[in-house]
Amino acid sequence: MTKPQALLQVQGVSRAFGGLKAVQDVSLSVPEGSLTALIGPNGAGKTTLFALLSGFLKPDTGRVILQGQDITGQAPHLNAKLGMTRTFQIVQPFAAQTVRENIAVGAHLHTASRTQALAMAAQVAERVGLADQLDKLASDLTVAGRKRLELARALATQPKLLLLDEVLAGLNPQEIADMIPVVRSIAASGVTVLMIEHVMQAVMSLAEHVWVLAQGQLIAQGSPSEVTRHPQVIEAYLGHGTAARLRQAELSA
Amino acid sequence: MTQLRKDIFSIALFVWTVAAIPFFTHSGVVLNFVMMALFACLIAQAWNVLGGFGGQFSFGHALFFGTGAYFQAIAQLSWGWNPWLAMPAAMVMAALVGAWVGALSFRYGLKGSYFALVTLAFAEVFRIVSLSVPFTGAGVGLMLPLKESVGNMQFGSRSGFVWLILGLVTLALCVTAYLRNSRFGAYLQAVRDNEDAARAVGVNPFHVKTWATVLSGGLMGSAGAFYVQVFQYIDPGIGFGSHTSVEALVGAIVGGLGTLWGPVLGALALHLLADLTRNLFGQMPGINMIIYGVVLIVIVMFLPRGIAGLSTYTPKSWRRND
Repeated sequence: MTKPQALLQVQGVSRAFGGLKAVQDVSLSVPEGSLTALIGPNGAGKTTLFALLSGFLKPDTGRVILQGQDITGQAPHLNAKLGMTRTFQIVQPFAAQTVRENIAVGAHLHTASRTQALAMAAQVAERVGLADQLDKLASDLTVAGRKRLELARALATQPKLLLLDEVLAGLNPQEIADMIPVVRSIAASGVTVLMIEHVMQAVMSLAEHVWVLAQGQLIAQGSPSEVTRHPQVIEAYLGHGTAARLRQAELSA
Repeated sequence: MTQLRKDIFSIALFVWTVAAIPFFTHSGVVLNFVMMALFACLIAQAWNVLGGFGGQFSFGHALFFGTGAYFQAIAQLSWGWNPWLAMPAAMVMAALVGAWVGALSFRYGLKGSYFALVTLAFAEVFRIVSLSVPFTGAGVGLMLPLKESVGNMQFGSRSGFVWLILGLVTLALCVTAYLRNSRFGAYLQAVRDNEDAARAVGVNPFHVKTWATVLSGGLMGSAGAFYVQVFQYIDPGIGFGSHTSVEALVGAIVGGLGTLWGPVLGALALHLLADLTRNLFGQMPGINMIIYGVVLIVIVMFLPRGIAGLSTYTPKSWRRND
């Protein structure tokens, strides 16, 4: 069996801010067509890693390779043209513009025609469930609406690789349940998705492969059920010695 | 009707209406008012391209105004150019200065008040240089000889100048309509609203902002060239003094940033107000400026989105409490 080709390869990427080593020697490889997740406790460096991949920050060392092309430290707009688009954890709408206009900015990446971009915006809005809010101002959307908008704008660039930074954060359980099929359908349409996510319910049901980042280092990887049993992962989330105590509790039960 | 069609329709209506004015009156007072009001519209529109659509608040648009004005004068006086040829060249020259200042400022990521200060500094440097070098006539300024003929862009009546400035205002309106209905305009407004989000979806902010400065500078340069043709005189204070910069930005802000008709409405309203206060309180020097200032404050306080924002205005007491 041939291994699926890696769309994105990250080789030994590190970045420090003064004395703080935010990301240390991270290597991972995202296969084409996969839906994968990056998890880890708060402050683990997940968003920093995303910024390093998408070009918002330059790594101190290491390389980022997209489709065999070295894109280390390349400006974000060039990466978007190559097919890698990210969303933001703290949503960044063009607040003074309508939903349609917001999404059209993404659609313009592949068309100069205003009419086409606006038409494409309507199509994309349909895919993420914003079709009935096209003419609303982005600033009038609910949190869930803004998360969908963030997703739609990135999707409108017709990416090969979508980096989703916590699209489910801040949503209530019902909204999460509504959003999961949207993410799944995007992956099913052939877009490779790498997501940062805290909502374990989503990670368990969506991701094929999970990387766990803690204090800037990759500490585990595997299928969702593997990593959630991994002692180091449990300790990273719940504190030192927890894994042993849990095992003890399981044995005595 | 698409937005583009609406824009073109409203521009055509405006142009036809204003173009007809000289057929109904030969009053020098009226035509002079129309001409200077359109001039105020033009500089407000020029500023609006960069300030309103691009969110880059320049405090030194006189830089482009003076460049256009001096080029228009020098091309005729020193090189014997025809003014009809000099005017587009003056616009290109001002646009090039825009490219240079824009590229320098945005290359180093200047934003907000820093960008405002840098543009102000550039205008001041140009003013001081033009005060001291011989080819701008130093402090004396440059004077165009009076040679009235259409071919020489010196019209015998005010009507010719009204139509000329109306042509330039129409050009500015078309540039604005382009910004409202094109990819470049969408990118420019995206960068204004959120630069990081724009970068993430493939927009190069440096490129977009620099081009906006080029367009804005070119339009402002046309106003400078027009000024020289009307008054046949330019000096460093008129060309690069901050008065023009302020008039341009106040007109656009009072009218409504990033809109098609805002700068036109704002410039008209302010021009009308200035003329009225001058005529009513002319015998008490200074009073007119005080009233002008008070009205300005009231407008900014109660119409944060400018006069154009009135179309969607709801008084606070009507708004639902969220």
